[in-house]
Amino acid sequence: MSVADPIELTRDPSIDTSIDIESTTTVAIMAEYDDVTAAAHAAAAVRNAGFKHFDLHSPFPIHHVEKYVGIRMTILPWIVLCGGLTGLCTATFLTHYTMAGEYPGLSNFSGYQFLISGKPFLSTPAYIPIMFELTILFSAFAAVFGMLFLNGLPMHFNPLLRNHRFKRVTDDRFFVVIETSDPKYDEAAVLKLLRDTHPLALERVED
Amino acid sequence: MATISTGPLIGSVDEIDNTYDDPRERAPLVVNGRSFGEVTRIVTSSHERPMPMAWVVCLTFSLALLTMLLVTLGMLFSTGVGVWGNTNRVSWGWPIVNFVFWVGIGHAGTLISAILFLFRQNWRTSINRFSEAMTIFAVICAAMYPGIHVGRPWLAYWLFPIPNQMGMWPQFRSPLEWDVFAVGTYFTVSLMFWYVGMVPDLATMRDRSRSKLEYYFYAFISLGWTGSSRAWHRYERMYLLLCALSTPLVLSVHSVVSFDFATAQLPGWHTTIFPPYFVAGAIFGGFAMVLTLAIPCRKWLGLQDLITMRHIDNMCKIMLATGMIVSYAYAVEFFMAWYSASKAEQFTFTNRPFGPYWPFFWSMVWCNVVAPQFLWVKYCRQNLWIVMTVAMFANIGMWFERFVIICTSLHRSQLPSSWGMFHPTLVDICMFAGTFGLFLTGFLLFLRFLPIIAMAEVKSIMPQAHIHDHGHETDPHHTSGATSHEPSGDAAKESKPWRGGNW
Repeated sequence: MSVADPIELTRDPSIDTSIDIESTTTVAIMAEYDDVTAAAHAAAAVRNAGFKHFDLHSPFPIHHVEKYVGIRMTILPWIVLCGGLTGLCTATFLTHYTMAGEYPGLSNFSGYQFLISGKPFLSTPAYIPIMFELTILFSAFAAVFGMLFLNGLPMHFNPLLRNHRFKRVTDDRFFVVIETSDPKYDEAAVLKLLRDTHPLALERVED
Repeated sequence: MATISTGPLIGSVDEIDNTYDDPRERAPLVVNGRSFGEVTRIVTSSHERPMPMAWVVCLTFSLALLTMLLVTLGMLFSTGVGVWGNTNRVSWGWPIVNFVFWVGIGHAGTLISAILFLFRQNWRTSINRFSEAMTIFAVICAAMYPGIHVGRPWLAYWLFPIPNQMGMWPQFRSPLEWDVFAVGTYFTVSLMFWYVGMVPDLATMRDRSRSKLEYYFYAFISLGWTGSSRAWHRYERMYLLLCALSTPLVLSVHSVVSFDFATAQLPGWHTTIFPPYFVAGAIFGGFAMVLTLAIPCRKWLGLQDLITMRHIDNMCKIMLATGMIVSYAYAVEFFMAWYSASKAEQFTFTNRPFGPYWPFFWSMVWCNVVAPQFLWVKYCRQNLWIVMTVAMFANIGMWFERFVIICTSLHRSQLPSSWGMFHPTLVDICMFAGTFGLFLTGFLLFLRFLPIIAMAEVKSIMPQAHIHDHGHETDPHHTSGATSHEPSGDAAKESKPWRGGNW
C-alpha cells in the first residue's frame, strides 16, 4: 500500500481568526523556505546586513542556528540558580522552624516541638530530603516560568499567527521575518535582500 | 468522535530492520525516508482521523473500570477502611502495594525524557511523549492511595504544612512526610515537563485545526508559540535544565518511597539495599509498561515508521539490564539475611519462598528473573508477541514484588503471637482494577486529543534537519562529506531506502 498516503490538509480558509479592521499596516516582511540550510543562510544574510528586529522561525530547534541568527546565551540558568537557592532556603527555614522553633505568641504560625523517640528537634539530616525536593521544585518552576517570561509567552496577539502561509511554520516550513520596526528597515532593500536568498515565497505580514 | 475503521491507518505493514549496528553509519530512527510534513501527518492522524475500533473498545472498557473505582471509593468513604482487607497485623496491605506499584510505573517517563536526554540517546524522541503521559496518569493513581489510606481522606490536607489554629505541623523527621514532598514534587515537575514539552506540538495542532472550537482550544494551550529561533534557544536551554533537575529527582522519588520501608525496624524492610533496588525495579516495571502501551499503539495508530524496531530493541535491552539488577538485589537480600545472623531476618527470608505466600514469591521470581532472560536473544526482541508477553510478565511480577515485600514481611514479624494473614476483600480487588480504568481512560484520551509523539524533537533528529555548509563552517559533525540536500520522499525510497546522509 502507499506508505505516505497523505492526509489532505483540512485547514478551512473560512476559519478567519483575523480581526476585522478597516486599514491594515505592514508589520513585517516574511520569506518562506523549505530547507534548513537555505533558511539559516538567509538569516545570516539578514544579520550581516545589519538588521536587529528579525527572526528565523522553524518547526523544530535547529542545531547551531544561534551563530547564524546571532543569538547570545540566555540568562535562564542564572534564574534557575536563584530559584533553586530560594527553594533550599525555604525548605531549610520551614523544617527547622516548624520542628524546633516554638513561639506560642505567634499562634497559628508558631513552630511545634514534638518529642518523638527522644530525637533532637533540630535534626538537619532528617530534613535533607525535604530540602532537596523543594530545591528541585523551585528550580523547575524557575526554569519553566523563566523561559516563558523571557520568551514573552503566552502571547496570543501576534500578527504572524493570523497569516495563512505562516501556519506551516509548525509543520515543515522555515520563515525569515524582518519587522518594519527595525531601524534599518527599507521595504525595497528588504525585498531585494530576501529575494536574493531564493525563498519559496515573499509576503507582507499585515496587522 | 471516533467511528469504526479497520486495518492500519497509515504506515507500512512490513517491519523495517534498523536494529543493525554498523559503526560506519548511524541506524536511522525514522524509517521509510519520511519528510517533515509526513512526520506531522503521521503523528496528528490520531487526532484527525477516526480512531480504530480497538480504541473504542478499550475506552469503553476503561470507563467501566473507572466507574468501578468511583463506586469502591464511595463505599470506602461511606463505610471506612474496614472495607479493605487491612488488619492490625498487615496494616499497609493492598493500598500501599498499589501505591508503590503505580509510582514505580511512573518512573519510566521521566527516565526516558531526562536521563536518556542527558546521555544523548536520540531514540528517546519517539517514545518520550507518551511515556511522560503514562507517568502523569500512573502518578495520579499512585498519589490517590496514600490519600485514601489515611482513613479520613477529608483530612488528607494535614499532610501539607499549612498554618492552623492547633499549631500543628507535619512531622518532617518522618519518611512518610518525605514521601509527600517527593511524590508531590515529582508529579508537579513531570506535569510541567510534559506540558512545556508539548507546547510546540500543540502549536502544530493549532495550525492544523479544522474548527473554531479546536482552534481556540489549541491556540490557548499552545501559548502563541511561533517557533522563533530565539524562543527555541531559551526553550532548549530550559529543557536541558529540566532534564538535569529531573534526573536526581527521579532517582530520589523511589529512594524516598523505599525509605518508608528501610527506616522501619521490621525484618525484610530494614535494609540499606532498598533505594537502588527500588529504583532499578521502578525502571524495569516502567519500561515494561511503556512497551505494553507502545506495541499496540504503533500498530493501531500506524506509527511503525517513528517507533521502529530499534526503539523496541533498545527498550528490551534496558528492561533486561534493569531486570538483572533486580534479580541481583533479590539474591543480595537473601545473602544479607543469612549473613546478618539475625534469627528474625533469616526467618522472614525463609518464610517468603516456603511460607504461606509462596505462590506470590515464586510468581515474582518467574516474572522478574526468568522471563526477562528471553531478551538476551535477538529473535525474541524482534518478535513483538514475545516482547509483549515478557513485558506483561514484568508488569505482573513487579506488583508481586511489592506484595512480597509488604505483606510477607508484615504478616509474620518478630512477635509470633501477633502473626496473621492478609486476605484482600472484593473492594480491594475492584479498587485496584479500577485504578487501571483511571490510568487507561486518561491515556486513551491523551492518544486522541494531544500530540502523541514529540514531533518537533523527532524532526530535529532527522538527517535533513541539519544545516549543511559544504565545509565552510568549522563544525566537524556536519561537514564530513555531507550534501546540502538530503534525499527525501520518493527519491529517497528509490535510491537508498532509509540509509541516507550523515547526521
